Amino acid sequence: MKKDSVLKTFLVAAALCVFCSILVSTSAVMLKPLQEANRKNDIKKNLLMACKLLDDPNISSEQLEKIYSERVTAKVVNIETGEYDSRDAESFDAVKAAKAPATSIQIPSSKDIARIKRRGKFVKIFLVDHPTSGKLIVLPAHGKGLWSTLWGFLAIGEDLKTIRGFGFYQHGETPGLGGEVDNLAWKKSWEGKQALDDALNPIVKVIKGRAKSDSTTEIDGLSGATLTSKGVSNLIHYWLGEHGFGAYLANLKRTGL
Amino acid sequence: MSVKKALFEPLINNNPIALQILGICSALAVTTKLEAVFVMSFAVTLVTAFSSLGVSVIRNYIPSSIRIIVQMTIIASLVIVVDQILKAYVFEVSKSMSVYVGLIITNCIVMGRAEGYAMKNGPLMSFVDGIGNGLGYSIVLIFVGVFRELLGSGKLMGFSILPLTSEGGWYTPNGLALLSPSAFFLIGFFIWGIRTWKKDQVEAN
Repeated sequence: MKKDSVLKTFLVAAALCVFCSILVSTSAVMLKPLQEANRKNDIKKNLLMACKLLDDPNISSEQLEKIYSERVTAKVVNIETGEYDSRDAESFDAVKAAKAPATSIQIPSSKDIARIKRRGKFVKIFLVDHPTSGKLIVLPAHGKGLWSTLWGFLAIGEDLKTIRGFGFYQHGETPGLGGEVDNLAWKKSWEGKQALDDALNPIVKVIKGRAKSDSTTEIDGLSGATLTSKGVSNLIHYWLGEHGFGAYLANLKRTGL
Repeated sequence: MSVKKALFEPLINNNPIALQILGICSALAVTTKLEAVFVMSFAVTLVTAFSSLGVSVIRNYIPSSIRIIVQMTIIASLVIVVDQILKAYVFEVSKSMSVYVGLIITNCIVMGRAEGYAMKNGPLMSFVDGIGNGLGYSIVLIFVGVFRELLGSGKLMGFSILPLTSEGGWYTPNGLALLSPSAFFLIGFFIWGIRTWKKDQVEAN
């Protein structure tokens, strides 16, 4: 057979594709359990870092597990009523639930400032017992930045106003520009800011340029990343707002932690 | 060409970055931290070596009309495998390197060696040539990474070397070293150094 005949070309292409797909899928399937474990640990780590229970990310998974089980209680919240749900929080997969039609709702586009289209009816939140700052409520929040969905945690103090910590654990923004949401100094600038006013309206916002030094609600914009900054501001507003954790926060305010 | 020559030639005499001027983009992107540099070097060396090996093994069967696509398929598959391995074993680093692992696919060194060398040489030599070029790439990356991490954040491999003023020390970090353009200067110095030593690399005017 001639080396460049049409048949030969197709045969070589097909054989190569089959071989490469076997190679890729084998490695993906075999390594999946390890990757899953890493991802779960990473989320826990970021949760602990967002509430200042952990400085050094290089700890063993046993230590991580220990701090987590000592300090953190996960709860499932019914977004509609703002009440706790009785299901087991540790095994509840909020991300999966937010995608399935039966366990999620479509967000009307006028309300969808975080641009996530669907939201779970039940969301997992975390109550943290911090040795120095007292009780913290850690709310998950996600929303669109420029390229990607940013997934993060916002830790709020017992007064239901003051931000105690903030951070994203997953995003795909441009490194060096929007990727600066991971910048330690920027994340630190959120601490102590007022997330909500007395009537539980979200008031914290990321502005363009530098925040006034005496402002309790403004966060510096990320330079070169206007759209990411806007996205961060919007996703916080969505999740703290009436369509997000509004009912839950109102409940907490009425009954206490 | 001997095996030894294929392995060591690309380190200085025929360095992929300094002489062939390939793979500059990732040399700018991942060199702010030495840890990421080592992972990236390891990944690129592995991909270059095995893609050259793969291409060389089937070089006599590859129809020339689809040879570039065949090479890309092999390279892309290997990069995905490497990415999966990094995600499983060095999760933190792979997360901080985000898209750049995937971008090894577009690293000109890998493609350049597959098309330029492995299509014409035997599997063993191609494999060694891939390792050599991967190491040549690594040398430049490590050189750039050492300076960028040391000057930019006063650390090496995450350990404090120059105590920062913000942490009570005396060293004010050089912000430029953390930005990509600084790698251009460093690679420039590297090429200058090599060409002062090896005069034959200087292009005639």
